[in-house]
Amino acid sequence: MAEHIERLRFAEWEGGISPFAVGSKKLGMWLFIVSDSLTFSGLLVGYSYVRIASERWPMPFELWPTIVMATLMTFCLLSSSLTMALAVRASSLGDRSRTVRFILLTMLGGILFILLHAKEWAGLIAEGVRMWENPWGVPLFGASFFTLTGLHMLHVASGVIYLGVIALGVSRGRFTHEDVEISGLYWHFVDLVWMFIFPLVYLLSVKMP
Amino acid sequence: MTQAVATHEAPKSFIRRYIFSTDHKVIGLQYLFLAMAAVTIGIVLSIYMRLRLAWPTERWPLLAKLFPQAMAGGTISPEFYLSLVTMHGTIMVFFVLTTAPLGGFGNYFLPIQVGAHDMAFPVLNMLSFWVTLAGFLVLLAAFFVSGGAPISGWTAYAPLSAVGEIAGPGLGMGQNLWIVSIALFCIASLLGALNFITTTLNLRTKGMSMTRLPLTVWAWFTTAVLALLAFPVLLAGGILLLLDRVAGTSFFVPAGLIVSDKILPHKGGSPLLWQHLFWFFGHPEVYIAILPGMGITSHVLSTFARKPIFGYRAMVAAIFAIGLLGFLVWGHHMFVSGMSPYSAIAFSLLTLSIGVPSAIKTFNWLATLYKAQIRFTVPMLFALGFVSIFVTGGLSGIILGQTSLDIPMHDTYFVVAHFHLIMGVAAIFGIFAGTYYWFPKMFGRMMNDALGKLHFWLTFIGIYAIFIPMHILGIAGHPRRYAETAGFDFLAPLQPIHVFITIAALVTAAAQVLFFFNFFWSIWKGRRAEINPWRATTLEWTIPSPPPHDNFGPQAPVVHHGPYEYSVPGAAEDYILQTAPPTAMKS
Repeated sequence: MAEHIERLRFAEWEGGISPFAVGSKKLGMWLFIVSDSLTFSGLLVGYSYVRIASERWPMPFELWPTIVMATLMTFCLLSSSLTMALAVRASSLGDRSRTVRFILLTMLGGILFILLHAKEWAGLIAEGVRMWENPWGVPLFGASFFTLTGLHMLHVASGVIYLGVIALGVSRGRFTHEDVEISGLYWHFVDLVWMFIFPLVYLLSVKMP
Repeated sequence: MTQAVATHEAPKSFIRRYIFSTDHKVIGLQYLFLAMAAVTIGIVLSIYMRLRLAWPTERWPLLAKLFPQAMAGGTISPEFYLSLVTMHGTIMVFFVLTTAPLGGFGNYFLPIQVGAHDMAFPVLNMLSFWVTLAGFLVLLAAFFVSGGAPISGWTAYAPLSAVGEIAGPGLGMGQNLWIVSIALFCIASLLGALNFITTTLNLRTKGMSMTRLPLTVWAWFTTAVLALLAFPVLLAGGILLLLDRVAGTSFFVPAGLIVSDKILPHKGGSPLLWQHLFWFFGHPEVYIAILPGMGITSHVLSTFARKPIFGYRAMVAAIFAIGLLGFLVWGHHMFVSGMSPYSAIAFSLLTLSIGVPSAIKTFNWLATLYKAQIRFTVPMLFALGFVSIFVTGGLSGIILGQTSLDIPMHDTYFVVAHFHLIMGVAAIFGIFAGTYYWFPKMFGRMMNDALGKLHFWLTFIGIYAIFIPMHILGIAGHPRRYAETAGFDFLAPLQPIHVFITIAALVTAAAQVLFFFNFFWSIWKGRRAEINPWRATTLEWTIPSPPPHDNFGPQAPVVHHGPYEYSVPGAAEDYILQTAPPTAMKS
């Protein structure tokens, strides 16, 4: 019996700073990202499922304007990830005003993305695309397009507000470097989701000659 | 980061202290009381169903007082019966089996057992409870809206759940409320899971290595991982289902569907997609309900066998294996759905392989009991009952996991008997074991022993009297979800079994009054409990009963021992507290 107990005594954590060297808030954000990515996975799998199950999925997107505009949106979002990374770096160096400036640039990228996206939605709606019908065939085209991009846009919009709170807090010296880094994690995640939506929803629906 | 939750004074105002509290112990009790309210409603609903099945033509004017519209004339219509099925299932699965063992005991005891002052995110923890409560109230509201509660079952299969009121009563506003309620529950679960995982990894006290965690903590931790990964997929499915209903999409409704002689405008969706999304969540959900019960059982068996749990690491590995396999077997709910038979083979093999970790756990429990000086306390009886019911319910799982046997058994009472035993009753026995075991710690008083034993025996025998005959109904081919048993020749000879089951159910339900009486009576009148009445080893037994607001006071405990050091040769007593100085274990 004593041996049995001896065997249990391996890899003892002796206390002190967090055992896995990751702060609780950061770990919490990572866990949220894992969970939220599964919500998006569920939607993307559902979209792929109905797309494959449909006989002729519409492929209406022209290179101009849709794909070019979507590429521009992607560019906005990717650049905002770069500025976010720079904000995290600036905050690690303790440069508060640079941190705030880079966060504001990041928010600008996000807002541009939302504006371009809203313009695209408006255009599609003008062409007659609805949740239940569209001019090109299978009604689920519009349903899955608006659902996926809508939920993603909601995440971008929440992210912009979140970053605004962080920027305000940093400028007043209330938030630490870790808080900035965590908001960065969220922002990069929202970007990453777009990097799945862009090819699956846009590039796979380009009009074939 | 251990300093993130500093020691703090208890808030003074009543509202901050007991209502909108961030104290994990208060939140745990809030969850437990919510589950008690929910289980009472769930049992009442099941009694309505049992009465309808046993005496189909009888009128129940007294019972109709609760549902004056749905039960006009004092009878339960087939549609209302299906509403009862839906609400009983949803309330029990979400607001009892998920809420009590994880939200209740997990919240109360996980931080204490790892030696923390509170959860990692106390405010999220509070939010998690209030969102759960909101979800519960939204669900109950479904009874009172026009059309009543939905009739599509706790699985809300599309297209029935997706096409709206045209397909039956309760599928209008009732179904919308059901979806909103479940979505709220998903969000609450996410908040809870974040807390459980982060607290387990980051807030352990000095010396509390992962291999010194009690098995209860391992079970809650794994359950939280399952909840973190399963609920978001249900949320995705719920979003799509709600859009189908309110935004005119047709993700789950096929083209050309005719309901009540009308062709629906929906085009081009797949009802199977809902089943995939639902069961990708639904199967792990079964383990979310049962794993904490396994943890509590291991914990209680070791305590009252006065022996270390047999094969601690195998137990941890088995918990993880069950959790992992739980994500790979959702297809076994869909053998008759028209899914490819080749994928059915894969799902079937994976399903049967869950038998391996389950057997590891069972044999380890038996080995823990082998040659032990067992103390038959009430929590021990319920833990032993858990093992018994887990084996009985698990064996019928091996039958249903095989495609060839599932096809004739599918949608019969055999399935009802199987999942009630393994998921419902086994988990409930885990909850009972936990309640009797931790009651002295939570309320500082002991529950009455004689009443507890009477409650155990009536419940244990009652449960088998209810569910063993249900297997027979199923083998005889009795379909589930039928309200009408009188109109079919092949069901007529089975009617006496229904009567027997209903009587057994009434007796078993009445026995629960003993539990509720014992519970509330003991809160005020029970014998005062010492700090460590069971002579157990884990950290909750080193602090006063009930524990103070900050659990351990300013000094965090230091752990020197594993969680199950019972009857160590050469030790002064037959148990060694985890905080005992290291010399105490030298023989």
